Amino acid sequence: MSKEIFYAKSHEWVEFLDDNTARIGISDYAQNEMGDLVFIGLPEDGDEVEVGESFADVESVKAVSNVYSPVTGTIKAVNEELLDQPELVNSSAMESWFIEVENITNRGQLMTEEEYNKYIAE
Amino acid sequence: MDLKTPLYDCHVRAEGKMVPYAGYLLPVQYKSGVIAEHMAVRNKAGLFDVSHMGEVILKGKDALNYIQMLVTNDCSQMKDGQVRYSPMCNDEGGVIDDLLIYRINEEEYLIIVNASNRQKDLDWIKRHISGDIELVDISDDMALLALQGPNSTAILERLTNVEKLPVKYYTFKENVDVSGISCMISKTGYTGEEGYELCCKNSDAVRLWELLLSEGSDYGLIPCGLGARDTLRLEAGMPLYGHEMDETISPIEAGLGFAVKLKKEEDFIGKKGIIDRGTPTKTRIGIKITGRGIAREACPVYYGDKEIGRTTSGTHSPYLGYPIAMALIDMDGLDDNINNIATKLEVDVRGRRINAEIVALPFYKR
Repeated sequence: MSKEIFYAKSHEWVEFLDDNTARIGISDYAQNEMGDLVFIGLPEDGDEVEVGESFADVESVKAVSNVYSPVTGTIKAVNEELLDQPELVNSSAMESWFIEVENITNRGQLMTEEEYNKYIAE
Repeated sequence: MDLKTPLYDCHVRAEGKMVPYAGYLLPVQYKSGVIAEHMAVRNKAGLFDVSHMGEVILKGKDALNYIQMLVTNDCSQMKDGQVRYSPMCNDEGGVIDDLLIYRINEEEYLIIVNASNRQKDLDWIKRHISGDIELVDISDDMALLALQGPNSTAILERLTNVEKLPVKYYTFKENVDVSGISCMISKTGYTGEEGYELCCKNSDAVRLWELLLSEGSDYGLIPCGLGARDTLRLEAGMPLYGHEMDETISPIEAGLGFAVKLKKEEDFIGKKGIIDRGTPTKTRIGIKITGRGIAREACPVYYGDKEIGRTTSGTHSPYLGYPIAMALIDMDGLDDNINNIATKLEVDVRGRRINAEIVALPFYKR
């Protein structure tokens, strides 16, 4: 079964587990652009996220970046493993989800993998 | 438009991420990443292109007198082949730039200036020239490479006669033959590690860069970018112009009192300004972040509810494994004991206050 993964222009990926639930992370391109990640600030279970609003920050050695939500919904789970091992995002960005969101009521403008690859190649 | 150093193509070939810095396109990191580059310098060796730095020759009978008037440190007792660090101040005692002064002979000095301040420095120096002095900006003809790390001597020994190398920290040798390339080599650096800086002609730069990397690979030498240069100097507690100092603060406030010689014989520009400021209440401190988050530049620093200053630089320390920062704090009205190791502080990182404490500078000492 192929996973249904989409991308936002701001370089997050979103994998829909079903119509109402999704996991969100940042793309491999994004982690590579940022370099070695050394800190990730995550929200908490039950927090609301909204399309286009920042829900986390990632710090590389050099700089901080915001992570924006591609969907609107409620946080069901947070990947706490990333708090102690932010480098997991560098080694496997697509497996390293940040949050799982449920009760999704809105989706932002998303691209397929093919479209996203074209977008970052530009 | 951004300038390119003679090594630009080498950086691109090595997959350097090129960014504009001080008017030049320079690699912020290569494919190994900032942490690996940083640790290479601490444990083995790293090679940096610092050709963006400015080089100026000051020569003539009045050169020494002029330098004595221009900078805060005392250069009168320098011997040929020595290097001295000094701030250069404006009339108010604010820092125009910090420099390295190389004494070639009594009447000839090489001055290394920050790339971002090059034109400002030249204008300032020219404005105050008097007597028999010639000023030559050789920045555009010369490349500067920094070979840093515990293996740097072993690497150079493969390429040159070991007796030709400078031995003591802050000394240099001219016309050192490095496999046929004539270099001026100083035992200096900006990493807190043993190392050298090699100055050669632009036309020799690519060959020198490639030679060092190929001979150094057995010793773990890798190319390093601006990212590692910044984290290394921060761990070593070294100030960076525009962060720990600028034209509004005196070198003493910036923690550079060791390079301000108010008692030297000659009057120097900024002396009166520094004295008029009285006993400085501002001071530079080292901070360890104990909470979660990374303080960068310009984060407010709190002691209890009182904002006592701002961070000047901050990062995650790759060697220590936790975030560190330097801050300029104002002690005015505070108990002197506050400036003690382990005093608890808070730092405001993007609206969130996180726990921190004062630690000794430098954060890292080899």
